[in-house]
Amino acid sequence: MQQLEALARDAVALANGNMGAGLVLSAPEAEVARQMQICNACRYCEGFCAVFPAMTRRLEFGKADIHFLANLCHNCGACLHACQYAPPHEFAVNVPQAMAQVRGQTYVDYAWPPALGRLYQRNGLTLSLALAAGLALFLLLALALNGTLWGGDLRGNFYRLFPHNLLVGMFAPVFLWAVLALGLGVRRFWRDVTPATSGLPVTSPAAAEATGDVLRLKYLDGGHGDGCHNEDDAYTLSRRRAHHLTFYGFMLCFAATSLATVYHYAFGWSAPYDLPSLPKLLGAVGGVSLLLGTAGLFRLNLRRHPQHGDAAQKPMDLGFIALLFFTSLSGLALWLARGTPALAALLAVHLGVVMALFATLPYGKFAHGIFRTASLLRHAVEKRQPNPVGLGAD
Amino acid sequence: MTVDVLVIGGGNAALCAALMAREAGASVLLLEAAPREWRGGNSAHTRNLRCMHDAPQDVLTGAYPEEEFWQDLLKVTGGQTDEALARLTIRASSHCRDWMRRHGVHFQPSLSGTLHLSRTNAFFMGGGKALVNAYYRSAEKLGVQVRYSAPVDRLELRDGRFVAAFVGSERITAKACVLAAGGFESNREWLREAWGQNARGEWPSDNFAIRGTRFNQGVLLRQLLKAGADTIGDPTQAHMVAIDARAPLYDGGICTRIDCVSLGVVVNREGRRFYDEGEDFWPKRYAIWGRLVAQQPGQVAYSVIDAKAAGRFMPPVFPGTRADTLPELAQKLGLDVPAFMQTMNGYNAACRVGTFDHTLLDDCHTEQLSPAKTHWARPVDKGPFHGYALKPGVTFTYLGLKTGETAAVSFGGVPSANLFVAGEMMAGNVLGQGYTAGVGMSIGTAFGRIAGVQSAQAAMKSGVHHAAA
Ligand SMILES: Cc1cc2nc3c(=O)[nH]c(=O)nc-3n(C[C@H](O)[C@H](O)[C@H](O)COP(=O)(O)OP(=O)(O)OC[C@H]3O[C@@H](n4cnc5c(N)ncnc54)[C@H](O)[C@@H]3O)c2cc1C
Ligand code: SF4
Ligand code: SF4
Repeated sequence: MQQLEALARDAVALANGNMGAGLVLSAPEAEVARQMQICNACRYCEGFCAVFPAMTRRLEFGKADIHFLANLCHNCGACLHACQYAPPHEFAVNVPQAMAQVRGQTYVDYAWPPALGRLYQRNGLTLSLALAAGLALFLLLALALNGTLWGGDLRGNFYRLFPHNLLVGMFAPVFLWAVLALGLGVRRFWRDVTPATSGLPVTSPAAAEATGDVLRLKYLDGGHGDGCHNEDDAYTLSRRRAHHLTFYGFMLCFAATSLATVYHYAFGWSAPYDLPSLPKLLGAVGGVSLLLGTAGLFRLNLRRHPQHGDAAQKPMDLGFIALLFFTSLSGLALWLARGTPALAALLAVHLGVVMALFATLPYGKFAHGIFRTASLLRHAVEKRQPNPVGLGAD
Repeated sequence: MTVDVLVIGGGNAALCAALMAREAGASVLLLEAAPREWRGGNSAHTRNLRCMHDAPQDVLTGAYPEEEFWQDLLKVTGGQTDEALARLTIRASSHCRDWMRRHGVHFQPSLSGTLHLSRTNAFFMGGGKALVNAYYRSAEKLGVQVRYSAPVDRLELRDGRFVAAFVGSERITAKACVLAAGGFESNREWLREAWGQNARGEWPSDNFAIRGTRFNQGVLLRQLLKAGADTIGDPTQAHMVAIDARAPLYDGGICTRIDCVSLGVVVNREGRRFYDEGEDFWPKRYAIWGRLVAQQPGQVAYSVIDAKAAGRFMPPVFPGTRADTLPELAQKLGLDVPAFMQTMNGYNAACRVGTFDHTLLDDCHTEQLSPAKTHWARPVDKGPFHGYALKPGVTFTYLGLKTGETAAVSFGGVPSANLFVAGEMMAGNVLGQGYTAGVGMSIGTAFGRIAGVQSAQAAMKSGVHHAAA
């Protein structure tokens, strides 16, 4: 209801030609603006991450600035533990939490198509698992009806169960949908934050820097290399490592699938591939890495300091982590059990989970990587411009 | 069970002492008056440490040799400093950073807007609270016992020796003790007593805000004064700055400062100017305006700027009162409009604008105006205008315990064998008045570390002594 009112106010503001900084802020956005005003007068956290240097280039925080800053925040927790104004102080500054709330809102607001944005806001974990289970069940039933669910002499060849073209016909649309939806969402975000971040186009040094920051997950290093926070004020590198295992594991699995597709179409070599083939190698290493990474993230997420981030988004986080975990688990199980009668059932489960993963990609936690990358890129562009705020020597 | 060393306090000085005593092999118990979420005292509000260095070093640029540091101290204190202790502090400041790093403190290049401090001051990454957190983690890892919500309300002393401390009715004994419980700035009654009543019948300190912790009540300082400990400094002396009048009563910290004083004019409740706003740069100016405002009626003043000042000073935490014309601003601030306009018109007419440059003592000044504005004087005439109400904010008090190079508390000139003091409780030995940024942490670090070592030694000695007896 509150959100609706905010939207209505925005619409009126827009109609009155009141663009950009003048747009009415939602409650979480107003909270970020309030806290940034305090941080801007304090600045002790300047060394931790990109948010603070970006903040010092501004004296006021409009909607687009807030969206940009919120997605620049990596939720590392450093500025909460270091904050002299953190609750119970009456200023109640909790930057990671305020930023997380706005981030969650941007995922919803920028989702394409808009109607689907609200889909995975609640019950992310249950929804994701239910979707995976539902899809798997559907496939299991289809196999059972065909009489191919158990046993049978497949010799590891699952195309006998699901012909290659059927798989492509099922997965390609889902995958393309995910790419399209994410692309359109982030395009709108980019268009909104670009004018607020100098408006200038991306240069190659900026792109190189942002790429490095993304690939190294620079802003989970705490600014000093000792890492970020999880359950308390101690620094830990475990979040960064678990993220890296997850991200690179995912990328390796993705590379394995892409390579397999090339093998299939370009060379006519069809799956299954076995070791020591390249797709299998990539897939195996990727799968194990993904398994370890997501298990780590899951554990860290449950132990996370309650004041970090936005508790309401936990189900979404956990849902995404769970889908990734079960994708790699079922994938690895499928490979290990390739000669057993369980192959068909495992295949159905694996395909169900992968399908659910891709279907939920644009409406879940995956979005954070895309929006954060966009923000880092805008930051890399903006920081190369002279600071518009010309403070005196003091 | 008796510990070797009892540390009373929970800020920088206390933690340095606890860590050093523990590293020297003593068992250590630290009692912090505040609950865990408010731990760290004023130290949690700091951001840097003044450091001597002869050549560029990690986060420090240029050189800041001993002599220059000493001259700076001499200047701000007007000579009220013990040279031996000051030099000891200065030298200690040059080599404490590696030790600090070993206990988890991170430094960073100086902050935007404070670039002129990067030569003299090392900034803590994340500020003092991050430093305090690091020290507590390290202390706990080393086995220092820490108790929160444990305000010590009195000490048991015998012949100048520490015997025990009381937290309520609980009696805690130790072989040696370090006092690092800060000043008495949060004790409103004591401030009232020290500042007294002025000619207008006001109790000025009633309108002071305390920039730091509410837990520095000076309970032990007071008890030791009564017990005949040697003291230094004057109870009316305190570091006081002008802060936003909307600042909270306690813990407003750094963000409530108003940094635009030199860019405009400052008037009192009667709409009159009372001091040269362009006298000097921060931090000198910063440290005098608290006292200036404290002397004005109602302990309030208003910093007024025009559109030319926008974006040229550290952004204030609260939005200013805004108006398109000066009379409108006066009205919104609750000032007498004709009196205020007379001041403003007089000031604007007296401005002789040369080349404005906020980064140096420029040639923009007033002529035939009292008080003059000697630099950065430009007419305040371009709307929109902003006004900020100011009130005095106490940073810390100067009255403390007299000590020497061993950080021992002394009674009638005789140093105690097992009672030591560090930090704000003795800073007056080095800093009898005035202030220069970052020196509070230098003193606390130097003397906290000394007190830690000395107390550990005293405890070990007394252990042998007891065994022999
Ligand atoms: C807003 C602000 C900014 C500052 N910035 C700087 C800066 O950048 N650099 C700098 O050098 N200095 C700065 N200072 C000054 C600096 O804070 C002090 O010099 C320094 O913190 C003193 O350290 P301390 O350990 O003696 O006292 P504190 O840090 O104040 O610690 C005193 C401790 O004693 C505890 N305590 C008090 N009474 C009792 C009791 N009876 N029993 C048990 N515990 C008790 C308190 O809870 C507290 O933990 C600043 C001060 C303020 C207020
Ligand atoms: S998070 Fe707190 S300590 Fe850090 S800059 Fe903001 S207000 Fe200052
Ligand atoms: S939580 Fe971490 S990344 Fe986010 S603003 Fe604070 S320091 Fe920066």
